[in-house]
Amino acid sequence: MSAHENSPEGYDFAHPLPLPLLFGVFLILVLLTIITVAQASFDLGSFDVLIVMAIATIKGLLVAAFFMHLAFDKPFNILCFVSSFVFVGLFIMFTLFDNRATNQDDIPVMDDAVVTAPAETTSAAMTTAGT
Amino acid sequence: MATTDAGHTSDVHVHEGHDSHDHDHPSYLAHHFDTPEQQFDSGKLGMWLFLVTEILFFSGMFCAYAIFRAWRPEVFEGCSQFLNTKLGAINTGVLLFSSFTMAWAVRCAQLEEHKKLASLLATTLCCAMVFLGVKAIEYSHKWHLGLLPAGLFTYDPANPHPEGGPNYLAYICAPFAVATIGVVIWLVVAFIRDAKFQVAVAKPLVFVCLSFFGGVGLGMILESGETPEHHGSDHVAAVHGDAEHGEHSGAEHGDAEHGDAEHGDAEHGDAEHSDTEDSEAEHGEGQQGDATDPEAADVAEVESTDPQPVVLQDPGSMMRDESDDLVVLERLASDATNTGLQDELSARRAQSQLSEGAITYDRTDDSSATIASTDDNVLRPSRAGVFFSIYYCMTGVHAIHILAGVGVLIWLLVRAIRQDFNRNYFGPVDYVGLYWHLVDLIWIYLFPLMYLIR
Repeated sequence: MSAHENSPEGYDFAHPLPLPLLFGVFLILVLLTIITVAQASFDLGSFDVLIVMAIATIKGLLVAAFFMHLAFDKPFNILCFVSSFVFVGLFIMFTLFDNRATNQDDIPVMDDAVVTAPAETTSAAMTTAGT
Repeated sequence: MATTDAGHTSDVHVHEGHDSHDHDHPSYLAHHFDTPEQQFDSGKLGMWLFLVTEILFFSGMFCAYAIFRAWRPEVFEGCSQFLNTKLGAINTGVLLFSSFTMAWAVRCAQLEEHKKLASLLATTLCCAMVFLGVKAIEYSHKWHLGLLPAGLFTYDPANPHPEGGPNYLAYICAPFAVATIGVVIWLVVAFIRDAKFQVAVAKPLVFVCLSFFGGVGLGMILESGETPEHHGSDHVAAVHGDAEHGEHSGAEHGDAEHGDAEHGDAEHGDAEHSDTEDSEAEHGEGQQGDATDPEAADVAEVESTDPQPVVLQDPGSMMRDESDDLVVLERLASDATNTGLQDELSARRAQSQLSEGAITYDRTDDSSATIASTDDNVLRPSRAGVFFSIYYCMTGVHAIHILAGVGVLIWLLVRAIRQDFNRNYFGPVDYVGLYWHLVDLIWIYLFPLMYLIR
């Protein structure tokens, strides 16, 4: 059965995946799961999270490309799906930029509640006087 | 309309595309679509857009996970020891297998292999139920130990198996038991009434329901194999010690400065992040005031390698203020009689801690910073509870998705037994397949992030 024969009647648009491909993908996924579990018992330092996430991403790509049929799908569907991950990446990256909220700045705080210690008051007053 | 061997109606060829023959379209083709392919593509685009919303929905939870893990990595490392990796790995395998059978089912729907399609959908359903069964064991075990979300967390390392309490496993299993009994009764009634179609539907559903209890049994065997809570609390101390070490040495000192003695490091951490009372006492008694501490030897070792007095280095690093008058202030405050300056110094220290967010990240406890207390530190309800809040939220929402998947898969199973699908109309199987693979995809990320933190 041909894959992309766009006959006007709409016949033959089904694209059944060959069984060996499905089974092969499944075996690779199981193998990668075993590797992920096994690596957890080794000390890989701070690369730990990166390695685990890399393996998970390979597994995710396999599932998306073959099980979800994305490798043979319309480009627009691929665009939709991939763009959602772009936004997830932006979302998490911007959240983690100054995650501990410890970024120092020189803006004097004029709020009464914050300026309590005498030393701080004088320094804040000096800053404002200077400006 | 005569049905050919291929499973589609022979009329289609003749009347396709004629607007005047609205009712000559095949039963599976909605009349507002021109061709089955157009119908399939529209449905598929809709499904992809739904999956996009699903990913963005889960991304919020992954974001919360990233924030809390970056804040308190040691809590995640410590609490992750309470999750049974074996159960998680088995569930991953089960879900991957169900994804495989689902992809195969889509192939069968396209090739019009009706019998195979029905049995593959039933297999997928069975795997979903095994997953839920294993999950039931995981949840009930944790609830019994008191490993609950923040606010409800009651786990006590000294008494990990509290007596009494409800039998959570029974409560989780009850609805599934009721469903199983209901399906069995339905099967018997249908069999007696000789309703062939209903028997054909109820038979696989009995196996589906029973496989939940199969999953419960599997979970029980694996759970009894090891005692994660003892294993867990042993690890917690060591892991936490390591984390403290890395965190503080990275933030404040070089490793070479004070060697790699963990006790010494912990003591350092105490000196730096002690609350105002402690540091005041330290100022009063001078820097050797800790000599009464049982770990005096370690302290002495650390301080001998560290020529700079702790008192001077300490506030400077915290306040980010290297001005000379602060140094003078500190020197004056080191006189025990000058209580006024000491108070001012401690007030400034507290303020700078607040401004740095030290309260938020809980670096201000007056824990005695021994290995024994770091164990307690990770398992304090306010912190361990946050991990379990995230754990229950993420795995719970995932489990709800599995339940929803079970619902639509049963609908598919009924239609597959009715032989609704053919090579022009396999959309529903394909769409549910996409949804099912997405649920699998999320678990692929969830499993290492939750279970494999070391």
